[in-house]
Amino acid sequence: MTKTRADGVTNFDAWKHSYAARAENLSVSEVRALFAVVSRPEVVSLAGGMPDVAALDTELIEKAFASLMSNRKDLALQYGGGQGDLRLREQIQEIMALEGIHSSVEDITITTGSQHGLELVSDLFLDKGDVVLVEAPSYVGAVGIFRHKEAHIAHVYTDEHGISPQALAETADRLTAEGKRIKLLYLVPNFANPSGVTLTADRRLEVLEICKQRGILIVEDNPYGQLYFGEKPPNAMRSLDEQNVVYLGSFSKILSPGLRVGYVLAPPAIREKLVLANESAILSPASFAQMLVSEYLSIADWQKQIGTFRDLYQTKRDAALQAVEQFLPKVHTTRPDGGFFLWLTLPEGLNSKEMLPLAVTELVAYTPGTAFFGDGRGADNIRICFSHPTADNVRVGIERLSRVLNQQIDLLETFGKRD
Amino acid sequence: MSDLRVLILAGGISHERDVSLKSGRRVADALTDAGVSTEIREPDGELVGHLMATRPDVVWSTLHGAVGEDGSLQNLLQLAGIAFVGSGSAGARLAWDKPVAKVLVARQDIKTPESIALPKSSFRELNAESVLAMVGTELGFPLVVKPAKGGSAQGCAKVSEPKSFAKAMVDAFAYCDQVMIERFIVGTELAVSVIDLGDGPIALPAVEIVPDSGEFGYSERYTPGQTNYYVPARLDDEVLTEAARIAVAVHSSLGLTQLSRVDLIVDESGEIWFLEANVTPGMTETSLFPQAVLATEATLPKTYLALVKLAQKS
Repeated sequence: MTKTRADGVTNFDAWKHSYAARAENLSVSEVRALFAVVSRPEVVSLAGGMPDVAALDTELIEKAFASLMSNRKDLALQYGGGQGDLRLREQIQEIMALEGIHSSVEDITITTGSQHGLELVSDLFLDKGDVVLVEAPSYVGAVGIFRHKEAHIAHVYTDEHGISPQALAETADRLTAEGKRIKLLYLVPNFANPSGVTLTADRRLEVLEICKQRGILIVEDNPYGQLYFGEKPPNAMRSLDEQNVVYLGSFSKILSPGLRVGYVLAPPAIREKLVLANESAILSPASFAQMLVSEYLSIADWQKQIGTFRDLYQTKRDAALQAVEQFLPKVHTTRPDGGFFLWLTLPEGLNSKEMLPLAVTELVAYTPGTAFFGDGRGADNIRICFSHPTADNVRVGIERLSRVLNQQIDLLETFGKRD
Repeated sequence: MSDLRVLILAGGISHERDVSLKSGRRVADALTDAGVSTEIREPDGELVGHLMATRPDVVWSTLHGAVGEDGSLQNLLQLAGIAFVGSGSAGARLAWDKPVAKVLVARQDIKTPESIALPKSSFRELNAESVLAMVGTELGFPLVVKPAKGGSAQGCAKVSEPKSFAKAMVDAFAYCDQVMIERFIVGTELAVSVIDLGDGPIALPAVEIVPDSGEFGYSERYTPGQTNYYVPARLDDEVLTEAARIAVAVHSSLGLTQLSRVDLIVDESGEIWFLEANVTPGMTETSLFPQAVLATEATLPKTYLALVKLAQKS
């Protein structure tokens, strides 16, 4: 505790005058504070987008660890290169081939999770006021990065088939006519976070063409592509265009987010800058984590593990959809064919952010839709993550959520039309 | 190193869990610096068994919200014969319920803003629109809407015009089944901490609160840099002396012991108004009670140790 200054006034931040302008909006949030309850076991958290790591074969991870310590510890415990471990990059080629991507190992850069990859790409391209086109809704972590870069976030109409090409072209042309500089289109084409929708194959081609014509770089974020429940989604957009797409991949959903290993596949010129930016920010991605992933991929049947995840998440998705149908009959939900999320649309007048304190009391947590927009929209939406709780708890959580909604409906009926 | 074993309770399932965890860690830091052996623990299904098995010398609860502040935890500890820092169950129950505390304090000829507290059911039965219209007319705008129980300004709103009234009510009812609507007093916001180290309650220097945004909400309370705190407050000595007297009178009239924080507002004419009393004041790095302690030239380790030793004796 800082002692009160001699002049008798303090604001507890002696450096307030010194921060960069972009730090202005970094403040404590009441909504974020409410999420503190999710660490209590009594609370069913449908909030955080976490994989069910209990389904991992931990013996294999232990084996990978032991093998790493026996055979490569001198390298694993040392600094590495800024582009990342070569053997892991070769293995990543194999993983990306499942998405139809054929690439040179030279064009892959390993990052500390794909979130770090997105941060690096954003840092390379975005000046204050530059436009980033995103889906509506878009991934909260991306919205956060773009906001921090002081970019202008423009949401493009998105339906159950993904981002609308027509709306994309119209939005891009309108913003260009307004004199805005559009730099990136960021999207999660497979089982998107938070909507769960998948961009159709036809639309992928249209989106690629629209962006190519207008000189807009596409950032394709694909953490969920392998977690499909039925039919495999279309090949990655990067498989169709090597020059105009930066591809982000991750081990967080197919292995473990605790390892923080992701990667970026970029055209050579961009990759060159990415490596320098990576070195400048962190010197090198964690050697130990990279090599542990690499060992795991060498000794484990990792495709079988992904299959285990698919079956597990499909069961949970089914439980979530059944529970929504039973307990939330007036709520619309997306019906994802993979991934982690349902995107709910609440009856008119309900506000998911305002209901959060009631949810804490009812021992359930969810993410309000406003988190997934950069323009204040989303108050009538909720993101439900079904991947982490057990199927039974998914059901319990959604039943509790129905009580929250009923209480809020009761309040709205009592107080009528509000400001 | 002292032989004292202090169990600090922090966290819990409440809207203020995050603040409670921070408070608990700060108290533990200070007591550790004082040479006390501390353990931080969540209130959970195993707490009672743990208490009975380990019988700590003293319990210090930094639980904010119902279990920690409504008197129930204090009641349990009293029943188990385990010493604890702070007020007993009776005082906690009275202070926790803001409308009840206001009534009791008003009986001491202490001014408190005119208010009304109503449960959800009353609005449903009596037609919310007409109730709000009547309350708005009688109390006048601006007014303050707040949950009848709870802290950290959660669910609180200043309502400046009738059209914002209903939304503020819905937001407040999300935190508590009873909501208090209070006339807004324009003036200087003060927090006066009261401490009793065995010689009777005394008021610590008043902290004047000046948030950059004009409203002392959640973000302004817990984001360093968003609020200026003046200790002592920039008011005449006469006013500060009276504020200290009132804070001690509130502490005593509610039956509080050892420590509390009394929130007051001094209007433009110098009149002092009671807003609420806190039996478990925040102990975070930006909280008001520790600021007041430090303004006396005392240290937190020494002061917290004195509170613990006093609790052990009593």
